[in-house]
Amino acid sequence: MTGEQMSKAGTSGIIVEMAVRIATPFIQLFGMYVIAHGHYSPGGGFQGGVILGSAFILLGIAFNQEMALRYFSERVNSILGSSGALIYVGTAVVCALLGGLFLDYSALDRVLPLGPVEWRSMGIFVVELGVGLAVMSIMTSLFWDLGSGGDLEKGL
Amino acid sequence: MMWPLDLLILALVVVCAVVTISIRDLLAATMVFSVYSFLMCLLWAEMGAVDVSFTEATVGAGVSTVLFIAAILRTTRRSKD
Repeated sequence: MTGEQMSKAGTSGIIVEMAVRIATPFIQLFGMYVIAHGHYSPGGGFQGGVILGSAFILLGIAFNQEMALRYFSERVNSILGSSGALIYVGTAVVCALLGGLFLDYSALDRVLPLGPVEWRSMGIFVVELGVGLAVMSIMTSLFWDLGSGGDLEKGL
Repeated sequence: MMWPLDLLILALVVVCAVVTISIRDLLAATMVFSVYSFLMCLLWAEMGAVDVSFTEATVGAGVSTVLFIAAILRTTRRSKD
């Protein structure tokens, strides 16, 4: 089966579409679980971000590009990805401005006194959150740009 | 941890790698490469590197296969070999 035949096949049938509709919230929930538990169990921002992005990739494969872009538009995608990178670098810069080293989370103790040990745990969680958002956005837009040839009009 | 299992998975990984670079059809090569990634994921998990295994499962077997297929669908074959 060549590429043209596969793209002419159109929608993927009601069974696949219903399965994707049911599975997508659980995939997203699992991605958020992996991000939230990343700092003391296997997983983390990158893996959770890839899982969150693959939920949107699944939507783009099972339905079409217009449907996926209606749920998660290019604008929202750009904003989320940029804010993810901003959260990551912003946490590091705030740590440096408060008198610690770059990415030294114990300096955040001066904002909210929880103790330096607690802040090291919380700080890595905030950074993982930013990494997860950025990776989700990049994975989704990689697939959309590659699948539509760059113009985001017609998907696979 | 269990060397016979390690050896079995390693043999399958080598077979998948050889098949991936020797097969002519690009879509079939992508699928075998996905199997290779998943076997590597099993191997990492069996050797105790769960975090690496997680990354391999999500990126190697999941997203990169989809990206390869998307790239294949955007190309055409000109030669008749």
